[in-house]
Amino acid sequence: MLENLRDIIENPDVIVNTLPFLWRGIQLTLIVTFVGVFFGFIIGSLVGLMRLTKNKLVYGIATVYIEVVRGTPILVQALFLYFAVSDFFGVNFTALQAGIIAIAINAGAYIAEIVRGGVESIDKGQTEAGRSMGMTATQTMRYIVWPQALRRMIPPLGNQFIVSLKDTSIFAVISLGEMTYLIRQYVGTTGDPFMPYVMLCLGYLIITIPCMVLLRQYERRLDV
Amino acid sequence: MITVTNLHKSFGDNEVLSGIDARIEEKEVVCVIGPSGSGKSTFLRCMNMLEEITKGDVEIDGDRLTDPKTDINALRSRVGMVFQHFNLFPHMTVLENVTLGPIKVNGVKKGEAATQAKSLLEKVGLSDKADAYPGSLSGGQKQRVAIARALAMNPKVMLFDEPTSALDPELVGDVLEVMKNLAKEGMTMVVVTHEMGFAREMGDRVIFMDKGVIMEEGKPEDIFDNPQNERTQAFLSKLL
Repeated sequence: MLENLRDIIENPDVIVNTLPFLWRGIQLTLIVTFVGVFFGFIIGSLVGLMRLTKNKLVYGIATVYIEVVRGTPILVQALFLYFAVSDFFGVNFTALQAGIIAIAINAGAYIAEIVRGGVESIDKGQTEAGRSMGMTATQTMRYIVWPQALRRMIPPLGNQFIVSLKDTSIFAVISLGEMTYLIRQYVGTTGDPFMPYVMLCLGYLIITIPCMVLLRQYERRLDV
Repeated sequence: MITVTNLHKSFGDNEVLSGIDARIEEKEVVCVIGPSGSGKSTFLRCMNMLEEITKGDVEIDGDRLTDPKTDINALRSRVGMVFQHFNLFPHMTVLENVTLGPIKVNGVKKGEAATQAKSLLEKVGLSDKADAYPGSLSGGQKQRVAIARALAMNPKVMLFDEPTSALDPELVGDVLEVMKNLAKEGMTMVVVTHEMGFAREMGDRVIFMDKGVIMEEGKPEDIFDNPQNERTQAFLSKLL
Protein backbone atom coordinates (compact mmCIF):
# COMPACT_ATOMS: atom_id res chain seq x y z
CA MET A 1 0.00 0.00 0.00
CA LEU A 2 2.78 2.42 0.93
CA GLU A 3 4.41 1.57 -2.32
CA ASN A 4 1.24 2.53 -4.17
CA LEU A 5 1.12 5.79 -2.30
CA ARG A 6 4.66 6.64 -3.30
CA ASP A 7 3.76 5.76 -6.84
CA ILE A 8 0.98 8.32 -6.85
CA ILE A 9 3.15 11.05 -5.38
CA GLU A 10 5.86 10.38 -7.90
CA ASN A 11 3.47 10.22 -10.83
CA PRO A 12 0.94 13.03 -10.54
CA ASP A 13 0.34 12.86 -14.29
CA VAL A 14 -2.33 10.21 -13.67
CA ILE A 15 -4.43 12.91 -12.12
CA VAL A 16 -3.78 15.34 -14.94
CA ASN A 17 -4.45 12.67 -17.52
CA THR A 18 -7.93 11.95 -16.19
CA LEU A 19 -8.97 15.59 -16.33
CA PRO A 20 -9.99 15.73 -20.02
CA PHE A 21 -12.11 12.62 -19.53
CA LEU A 22 -13.73 14.06 -16.45
CA TRP A 23 -14.36 17.36 -18.18
CA ARG A 24 -16.04 15.72 -21.15
CA GLY A 25 -17.97 13.34 -18.92
CA ILE A 26 -19.17 15.96 -16.52
CA GLN A 27 -20.76 17.92 -19.36
CA LEU A 28 -22.79 14.95 -20.51
CA THR A 29 -23.67 14.05 -16.93
CA LEU A 30 -25.02 17.57 -16.40
CA ILE A 31 -26.90 17.66 -19.70
CA VAL A 32 -28.62 14.34 -19.03
CA THR A 33 -29.45 15.39 -15.47
CA PHE A 34 -30.76 18.87 -16.27
CA VAL A 35 -32.80 17.88 -19.31
CA GLY A 36 -34.00 14.67 -17.66
CA VAL A 37 -35.02 16.32 -14.39
CA PHE A 38 -36.65 19.19 -16.31
CA PHE A 39 -38.96 16.78 -18.12
CA GLY A 40 -39.22 14.76 -14.92
CA PHE A 41 -40.59 17.86 -13.22
CA ILE A 42 -43.23 18.31 -15.92
CA ILE A 43 -44.21 14.64 -15.72
CA GLY A 44 -44.08 14.70 -11.94
CA SER A 45 -46.26 17.81 -11.70
CA LEU A 46 -48.91 16.30 -13.94
CA VAL A 47 -48.84 12.90 -12.26
CA GLY A 48 -48.71 14.45 -8.80
CA LEU A 49 -51.83 16.48 -9.56
CA MET A 50 -53.46 13.37 -11.03
CA ARG A 51 -52.93 11.71 -7.66
CA LEU A 52 -54.95 14.50 -6.06
CA THR A 53 -58.11 14.13 -8.14
CA LYS A 54 -61.20 12.28 -7.06
CA ASN A 55 -61.41 10.60 -10.47
CA LYS A 56 -60.53 6.96 -9.75
CA LEU A 57 -59.26 6.17 -13.26
CA VAL A 58 -56.91 9.16 -13.38
CA TYR A 59 -55.74 8.42 -9.85
CA GLY A 60 -55.24 4.75 -10.77
CA ILE A 61 -53.11 5.50 -13.83
CA ALA A 62 -50.91 7.84 -11.81
CA THR A 63 -50.55 5.31 -9.00
CA VAL A 64 -49.58 2.46 -11.33
CA TYR A 65 -46.92 4.64 -12.97
CA ILE A 66 -45.47 5.73 -9.66
CA GLU A 67 -45.42 2.25 -8.15
CA VAL A 68 -43.93 0.58 -11.24
CA VAL A 69 -41.13 3.14 -11.48
CA ARG A 70 -40.40 3.22 -7.77
CA GLY A 71 -40.56 -0.56 -7.55
CA THR A 72 -37.93 -1.26 -10.21
CA PRO A 73 -34.24 -0.31 -10.28
CA ILE A 74 -33.24 2.52 -12.58
CA LEU A 75 -30.59 0.24 -14.05
CA VAL A 76 -33.33 -2.13 -15.21
CA GLN A 77 -35.38 0.81 -16.49
CA ALA A 78 -32.45 2.05 -18.56
CA LEU A 79 -31.77 -1.41 -20.00
CA PHE A 80 -35.46 -1.86 -20.68
CA LEU A 81 -35.69 1.44 -22.54
CA TYR A 82 -32.47 1.15 -24.45
CA PHE A 83 -32.71 -2.49 -25.46
CA ALA A 84 -36.24 -3.84 -24.96
CA VAL A 85 -38.38 -0.87 -25.92
CA SER A 86 -36.27 0.11 -28.89
CA ASP A 87 -36.31 -3.47 -30.13
CA PHE A 88 -40.03 -3.99 -29.57
CA PHE A 89 -41.20 -0.75 -31.14
CA GLY A 90 -38.44 -0.58 -33.70
CA VAL A 91 -37.28 2.86 -32.61
CA ASN A 92 -33.62 3.49 -32.20
CA PHE A 93 -32.80 5.58 -29.20
CA THR A 94 -29.34 6.97 -28.95
CA ALA A 95 -27.76 6.36 -25.58
CA LEU A 96 -28.22 10.06 -24.84
CA GLN A 97 -31.94 9.95 -25.64
CA ALA A 98 -32.42 6.77 -23.63
CA GLY A 99 -30.55 8.30 -20.69
CA ILE A 100 -32.61 11.47 -20.70
CA ILE A 101 -35.88 9.56 -21.03
CA ALA A 102 -34.89 7.18 -18.24
CA ILE A 103 -34.07 10.05 -15.90
CA ALA A 104 -37.28 11.87 -16.83
CA ILE A 105 -39.47 8.83 -16.23
CA ASN A 106 -37.64 7.82 -13.08
CA ALA A 107 -37.41 11.27 -11.51
CA GLY A 108 -40.99 11.95 -12.67
CA ALA A 109 -42.34 9.26 -10.37
CA TYR A 110 -40.46 10.53 -7.33
CA ILE A 111 -41.27 14.15 -8.16
CA ALA A 112 -44.95 13.21 -8.47
CA GLU A 113 -44.91 12.21 -4.81
CA ILE A 114 -43.04 15.41 -3.90
CA VAL A 115 -45.69 17.43 -5.75
CA ARG A 116 -48.55 15.57 -4.11
CA GLY A 117 -47.01 16.05 -0.68
CA GLY A 118 -46.29 19.71 -1.36
CA VAL A 119 -49.80 20.50 -2.52
CA GLU A 120 -51.36 18.50 0.32
CA SER A 121 -49.25 20.41 2.84
CA ILE A 122 -51.00 23.67 1.97
CA ASP A 123 -53.81 24.44 4.37
CA LYS A 124 -57.28 23.65 3.02
CA GLY A 125 -58.36 27.14 4.07
CA GLN A 126 -56.28 28.55 1.22
CA THR A 127 -58.32 26.63 -1.32
CA GLU A 128 -61.53 27.58 0.44
CA ALA A 129 -60.58 31.27 0.40
CA GLY A 130 -59.94 31.09 -3.34
CA ARG A 131 -63.06 29.13 -4.15
CA SER A 132 -65.23 31.33 -1.95
CA MET A 133 -64.22 34.33 -4.07
CA GLY A 134 -65.55 32.53 -7.12
CA MET A 135 -62.23 31.34 -8.50
CA THR A 136 -62.30 28.03 -10.38
CA ALA A 137 -60.40 25.03 -9.05
CA THR A 138 -57.74 25.61 -11.70
CA GLN A 139 -57.33 29.30 -10.86
CA THR A 140 -57.13 28.48 -7.17
CA MET A 141 -54.42 25.92 -7.83
CA ARG A 142 -52.49 28.19 -10.16
CA TYR A 143 -52.50 31.44 -8.21
CA ILE A 144 -52.88 30.33 -4.62
CA VAL A 145 -51.91 26.75 -3.87
CA TRP A 146 -49.18 26.00 -6.42
CA PRO A 147 -46.90 28.98 -5.69
CA GLN A 148 -46.96 28.15 -2.01
CA ALA A 149 -46.52 24.42 -2.58
CA LEU A 150 -43.59 25.04 -4.93
CA ARG A 151 -41.63 26.81 -2.22
CA ARG A 152 -42.01 23.81 0.04
CA MET A 153 -41.13 21.44 -2.78
CA ILE A 154 -37.76 23.03 -3.52
CA PRO A 155 -35.73 21.16 -0.88
CA PRO A 156 -37.01 17.68 -1.87
CA LEU A 157 -36.73 18.65 -5.54
CA GLY A 158 -33.11 19.59 -4.94
CA ASN A 159 -32.52 16.23 -3.31
CA GLN A 160 -34.09 14.51 -6.29
CA PHE A 161 -31.78 16.47 -8.57
CA ILE A 162 -28.78 15.13 -6.66
CA VAL A 163 -30.14 11.58 -6.71
CA SER A 164 -30.78 11.79 -10.46
CA LEU A 165 -27.33 13.21 -11.05
CA LYS A 166 -25.81 10.22 -9.33
CA ASP A 167 -28.18 7.88 -11.14
CA THR A 168 -26.74 8.97 -14.50
CA SER A 169 -23.64 6.95 -13.63
CA ILE A 170 -25.49 3.71 -14.37
CA PHE A 171 -25.91 4.79 -17.98
CA ALA A 172 -22.36 3.55 -18.41
CA VAL A 173 -24.06 0.22 -19.13
CA ILE A 174 -25.75 1.63 -22.21
CA SER A 175 -22.47 3.24 -23.31
CA LEU A 176 -23.57 6.78 -22.61
CA GLY A 177 -20.34 8.75 -22.48
CA GLU A 178 -20.89 10.42 -19.12
CA MET A 179 -18.31 10.68 -16.36
CA THR A 180 -18.38 7.15 -15.04
CA TYR A 181 -18.27 5.58 -18.50
CA LEU A 182 -15.30 7.66 -19.62
CA ILE A 183 -13.31 7.03 -16.48
CA ARG A 184 -13.97 3.32 -16.74
CA GLN A 185 -12.70 3.42 -20.30
CA TYR A 186 -9.64 5.32 -19.21
CA VAL A 187 -8.93 2.75 -16.51
CA GLY A 188 -9.43 0.01 -19.06
CA THR A 189 -6.68 1.42 -21.24
CA THR A 190 -4.19 2.22 -18.49
CA GLY A 191 -4.92 -0.57 -16.02
CA ASP A 192 -4.38 1.75 -13.05
CA PRO A 193 -7.71 2.17 -11.25
CA PHE A 194 -7.03 3.99 -7.99
CA MET A 195 -6.53 7.65 -8.82
CA PRO A 196 -8.96 7.75 -11.74
CA TYR A 197 -11.72 6.50 -9.47
CA VAL A 198 -10.75 8.95 -6.76
CA MET A 199 -11.02 11.66 -9.39
CA LEU A 200 -14.38 10.30 -10.49
CA CYS A 201 -15.70 10.62 -6.94
CA LEU A 202 -14.40 14.17 -6.79
CA GLY A 203 -16.10 14.87 -10.11
CA TYR A 204 -19.46 14.06 -8.56
CA LEU A 205 -18.75 15.77 -5.28
CA ILE A 206 -17.81 19.00 -7.03
CA ILE A 207 -21.43 19.25 -8.17
CA THR A 208 -23.30 17.61 -5.31
CA ILE A 209 -21.67 19.36 -2.36
CA PRO A 210 -22.47 22.92 -3.52
CA CYS A 211 -26.01 21.75 -4.28
CA MET A 212 -26.39 20.37 -0.77
CA VAL A 213 -24.99 23.53 0.79
CA LEU A 214 -27.38 25.72 -1.20
CA LEU A 215 -30.31 23.52 -0.25
CA ARG A 216 -29.45 23.66 3.41
CA GLN A 217 -29.29 27.44 3.25
CA TYR A 218 -32.65 27.57 1.51
CA GLU A 219 -34.20 25.25 4.09
CA ARG A 220 -32.89 27.41 6.89
CA ARG A 221 -34.50 30.44 5.26
CA LEU A 222 -37.81 28.59 4.93
CA ASP A 223 -37.79 27.76 8.63
CA VAL A 224 -37.57 31.39 9.67
CA MET B 1 -82.07 37.37 -0.27
CA ILE B 2 -81.27 33.92 1.13
CA THR B 3 -83.82 31.18 1.63
CA VAL B 4 -82.78 27.96 3.29
CA THR B 5 -85.20 25.08 2.95
CA ASN B 6 -85.01 21.84 4.91
CA LEU B 7 -81.20 21.86 4.78
CA HIS B 8 -79.53 18.61 5.76
CA LYS B 9 -75.81 17.94 5.89
CA SER B 10 -74.09 14.70 6.82
CA PHE B 11 -70.43 13.79 7.03
CA GLY B 12 -70.62 10.05 6.47
CA ASP B 13 -73.03 8.72 9.07
CA ASN B 14 -72.77 11.82 11.17
CA GLU B 15 -75.65 14.19 10.53
CA VAL B 16 -74.56 17.72 11.38
CA LEU B 17 -77.56 19.62 10.06
CA SER B 18 -80.96 18.05 10.48
CA GLY B 19 -83.38 20.19 8.59
CA ILE B 20 -82.80 23.93 8.72
CA ASP B 21 -85.29 26.46 7.44
CA ALA B 22 -84.33 30.11 7.45
CA ARG B 23 -84.75 33.32 5.52
CA ILE B 24 -82.35 36.20 5.43
CA GLU B 25 -83.71 39.45 4.06
CA GLU B 26 -81.76 42.08 2.21
CA LYS B 27 -79.80 44.43 4.50
CA GLU B 28 -80.50 42.20 7.44
CA VAL B 29 -77.80 41.31 9.96
CA VAL B 30 -78.39 37.82 11.30
CA CYS B 31 -76.19 36.42 14.04
CA VAL B 32 -76.00 32.68 14.51
CA ILE B 33 -75.08 31.55 18.00
CA GLY B 34 -74.91 28.21 19.70
CA PRO B 35 -72.57 25.76 21.43
CA SER B 36 -69.63 24.34 19.49
CA GLY B 37 -70.61 21.34 17.44
CA SER B 38 -74.11 22.71 16.97
CA GLY B 39 -73.59 22.92 13.20
CA LYS B 40 -73.61 26.71 12.90
CA SER B 41 -70.36 26.89 10.92
CA THR B 42 -71.48 24.07 8.65
CA PHE B 43 -74.75 25.92 8.10
CA LEU B 44 -72.82 28.99 7.03
CA ARG B 45 -70.45 27.01 4.81
CA CYS B 46 -73.38 25.36 3.04
CA MET B 47 -74.53 28.82 1.97
CA ASN B 48 -71.70 29.11 -0.54
CA MET B 49 -71.24 25.42 -1.19
CA LEU B 50 -67.97 25.08 0.69
CA GLU B 51 -69.86 22.09 2.03
CA GLU B 52 -71.92 20.04 -0.34
CA ILE B 53 -75.58 20.01 0.53
CA THR B 54 -76.81 16.53 1.43
CA LYS B 55 -80.53 17.31 1.25
CA GLY B 56 -82.69 20.39 0.99
CA ASP B 57 -81.69 23.60 -0.73
CA VAL B 58 -80.36 27.10 -0.36
CA GLU B 59 -81.51 29.87 -2.65
CA ILE B 60 -79.39 32.99 -2.90
CA ASP B 61 -80.46 36.02 -4.87
CA GLY B 62 -82.77 33.86 -6.97
CA ASP B 63 -80.26 31.08 -7.70
CA ARG B 64 -80.69 27.64 -6.19
CA LEU B 65 -77.38 26.14 -5.05
CA THR B 66 -78.36 22.56 -5.87
CA ASP B 67 -79.56 23.43 -9.35
CA PRO B 68 -76.98 21.98 -11.76
CA LYS B 69 -77.57 24.98 -14.03
CA THR B 70 -76.43 27.40 -11.35
CA ASP B 71 -72.93 28.73 -11.97
CA ILE B 72 -71.50 28.17 -8.51
CA ASN B 73 -68.37 30.23 -9.18
CA ALA B 74 -70.39 33.22 -10.32
CA LEU B 75 -72.66 32.86 -7.33
CA ARG B 76 -69.76 32.59 -4.89
CA SER B 77 -68.29 35.79 -6.30
CA ARG B 78 -71.40 37.56 -5.02
CA VAL B 79 -71.16 36.00 -1.57
CA GLY B 80 -68.27 37.26 0.55
CA MET B 81 -66.78 34.90 3.10
CA VAL B 82 -64.65 35.71 6.13
CA PHE B 83 -63.00 32.80 7.91
CA GLN B 84 -62.06 32.21 11.51
CA HIS B 85 -58.41 31.72 10.57
CA PHE B 86 -58.35 34.55 8.00
CA ASN B 87 -56.92 32.38 5.23
CA LEU B 88 -54.98 35.23 3.72
CA PHE B 89 -52.59 34.26 0.93
CA PRO B 90 -49.17 34.41 2.61
CA HIS B 91 -47.20 34.64 -0.64
CA MET B 92 -48.95 37.85 -1.70
CA THR B 93 -48.88 41.36 -0.34
CA VAL B 94 -51.97 42.77 1.33
CA LEU B 95 -52.81 44.67 -1.85
CA GLU B 96 -52.41 41.55 -3.98
CA ASN B 97 -54.62 39.62 -1.59
CA VAL B 98 -57.37 42.16 -2.08
CA THR B 99 -57.00 42.58 -5.86
CA LEU B 100 -56.64 38.90 -6.81
CA GLY B 101 -60.36 38.13 -6.89
CA PRO B 102 -61.47 41.20 -8.82
CA ILE B 103 -58.69 40.72 -11.40
CA LYS B 104 -59.01 36.96 -11.94
CA VAL B 105 -62.73 36.45 -11.39
CA ASN B 106 -64.33 39.71 -12.47
CA GLY B 107 -61.73 40.68 -15.06
CA VAL B 108 -61.15 44.10 -13.51
CA LYS B 109 -58.04 45.91 -14.78
CA LYS B 110 -55.05 45.89 -12.46
CA GLY B 111 -54.91 49.63 -11.87
CA GLU B 112 -58.61 49.87 -11.26
CA ALA B 113 -58.52 46.95 -8.84
CA ALA B 114 -55.62 48.56 -6.97
CA THR B 115 -57.47 51.85 -6.61
CA GLN B 116 -60.51 50.08 -5.26
CA ALA B 117 -58.37 47.93 -2.96
CA LYS B 118 -56.67 50.99 -1.51
CA SER B 119 -59.96 52.61 -0.66
CA LEU B 120 -61.15 49.37 0.95
CA LEU B 121 -57.95 49.14 2.98
CA GLU B 122 -58.52 52.68 4.10
CA LYS B 123 -62.00 51.72 5.15
CA VAL B 124 -60.67 48.94 7.38
CA GLY B 125 -57.93 51.22 8.69
CA LEU B 126 -54.98 49.56 7.01
CA SER B 127 -54.03 51.82 4.12
CA ASP B 128 -50.43 51.86 5.35
CA LYS B 129 -50.17 48.06 5.08
CA ALA B 130 -50.85 47.69 1.35
CA ASP B 131 -47.33 46.47 0.58
CA ALA B 132 -46.90 44.37 3.72
CA TYR B 133 -47.10 40.61 3.69
CA PRO B 134 -49.72 38.92 5.87
CA GLY B 135 -46.99 37.33 7.98
CA SER B 136 -46.08 40.71 9.42
CA LEU B 137 -49.62 41.60 10.50
CA SER B 138 -51.39 41.01 13.80
CA GLY B 139 -54.43 38.76 13.87
CA GLY B 140 -56.80 41.70 13.98
CA GLN B 141 -55.09 43.31 11.02
CA LYS B 142 -55.19 40.06 9.10
CA GLN B 143 -58.89 39.71 9.66
CA ARG B 144 -59.53 43.26 8.52
CA VAL B 145 -57.56 42.55 5.34
CA ALA B 146 -59.68 39.43 4.88
CA ILE B 147 -62.81 41.54 5.18
CA ALA B 148 -61.44 44.00 2.62
CA ARG B 149 -60.59 41.09 0.34
CA ALA B 150 -64.15 39.79 0.53
CA LEU B 151 -65.60 43.26 -0.01
CA ALA B 152 -63.46 43.76 -3.11
CA MET B 153 -65.76 41.38 -4.95
CA ASN B 154 -68.71 43.72 -4.29
CA PRO B 155 -70.68 40.93 -2.64
CA LYS B 156 -74.41 41.13 -2.05
CA VAL B 157 -74.08 39.27 1.22
CA MET B 158 -71.21 38.67 3.61
CA LEU B 159 -70.80 35.47 5.58
CA PHE B 160 -68.65 35.59 8.71
CA ASP B 161 -67.49 32.32 10.24
CA GLU B 162 -66.47 33.13 13.81
CA PRO B 163 -64.40 36.09 12.63
CA THR B 164 -63.06 37.03 16.06
CA SER B 165 -62.63 33.59 17.67
CA ALA B 166 -58.96 33.28 16.76
CA LEU B 167 -58.06 36.78 17.92
CA ASP B 168 -56.43 38.02 21.08
CA PRO B 169 -59.13 39.74 23.14
CA GLU B 170 -57.63 43.20 22.73
CA LEU B 171 -57.72 42.87 18.94
CA VAL B 172 -61.38 41.86 18.72
CA GLY B 173 -62.64 45.43 18.96
CA ASP B 174 -61.06 46.68 15.74
CA VAL B 175 -62.59 43.85 13.74
CA LEU B 176 -66.01 44.28 15.30
CA GLU B 177 -65.81 48.00 14.58
CA VAL B 178 -65.29 47.28 10.87
CA MET B 179 -68.21 44.86 10.91
CA LYS B 180 -70.43 47.39 12.64
CA ASN B 181 -69.68 49.97 9.99
CA LEU B 182 -70.53 47.43 7.32
CA ALA B 183 -73.82 46.66 8.98
CA LYS B 184 -74.63 50.35 9.23
CA GLU B 185 -73.97 50.73 5.49
CA GLY B 186 -76.70 48.22 4.89
CA MET B 187 -74.67 45.13 4.04
CA THR B 188 -76.57 41.87 4.33
CA MET B 189 -74.63 39.82 6.85
CA VAL B 190 -74.78 36.38 8.36
CA VAL B 191 -72.44 36.16 11.31
CA VAL B 192 -71.60 33.00 13.21
CA THR B 193 -70.21 34.37 16.43
CA HIS B 194 -69.50 34.00 20.10
CA GLU B 195 -69.54 37.76 20.52
CA MET B 196 -72.87 38.15 22.27
CA GLY B 197 -72.28 41.87 22.62
CA PHE B 198 -72.06 42.25 18.87
CA ALA B 199 -75.09 40.03 18.30
CA ARG B 200 -77.13 42.05 20.76
CA GLU B 201 -76.05 45.43 19.46
CA MET B 202 -75.91 44.87 15.71
CA GLY B 203 -78.07 41.82 15.04
CA ASP B 204 -81.48 42.43 13.52
CA ARG B 205 -82.16 38.84 14.35
CA VAL B 206 -80.42 36.13 16.34
CA ILE B 207 -80.61 32.44 15.51
CA PHE B 208 -79.80 29.96 18.24
CA MET B 209 -78.69 26.57 16.94
CA ASP B 210 -78.08 23.32 18.72
CA LYS B 211 -77.64 19.74 17.51
CA GLY B 212 -78.08 20.66 13.88
CA VAL B 213 -81.38 22.48 14.14
CA ILE B 214 -82.57 26.00 14.85
CA MET B 215 -83.88 25.94 18.40
CA GLU B 216 -85.01 29.50 18.60
CA GLU B 217 -84.80 32.74 16.67
CA GLY B 218 -85.93 36.25 17.16
CA LYS B 219 -84.91 39.77 17.96
CA PRO B 220 -81.74 39.98 20.04
CA GLU B 221 -83.51 41.49 23.03
CA ASP B 222 -86.02 38.64 23.06
CA ILE B 223 -83.41 35.92 22.69
CA PHE B 224 -81.00 37.34 25.23
CA ASP B 225 -83.42 38.73 27.81
CA ASN B 226 -86.31 36.38 27.50
CA PRO B 227 -85.30 33.09 25.85
CA GLN B 228 -88.17 30.67 25.47
CA ASN B 229 -86.32 27.48 24.63
CA GLU B 230 -84.69 25.77 27.57
CA ARG B 231 -81.56 24.93 25.60
CA THR B 232 -81.19 28.61 24.75
CA GLN B 233 -81.60 29.43 28.41
CA ALA B 234 -78.99 26.86 29.39
CA PHE B 235 -76.54 28.09 26.74
CA LEU B 236 -76.93 31.75 27.64
CA SER B 237 -76.73 31.15 31.37
CA LYS B 238 -73.37 29.42 30.90
CA LEU B 239 -72.01 32.51 29.21
CA LEU B 240 -72.73 34.77 32.14
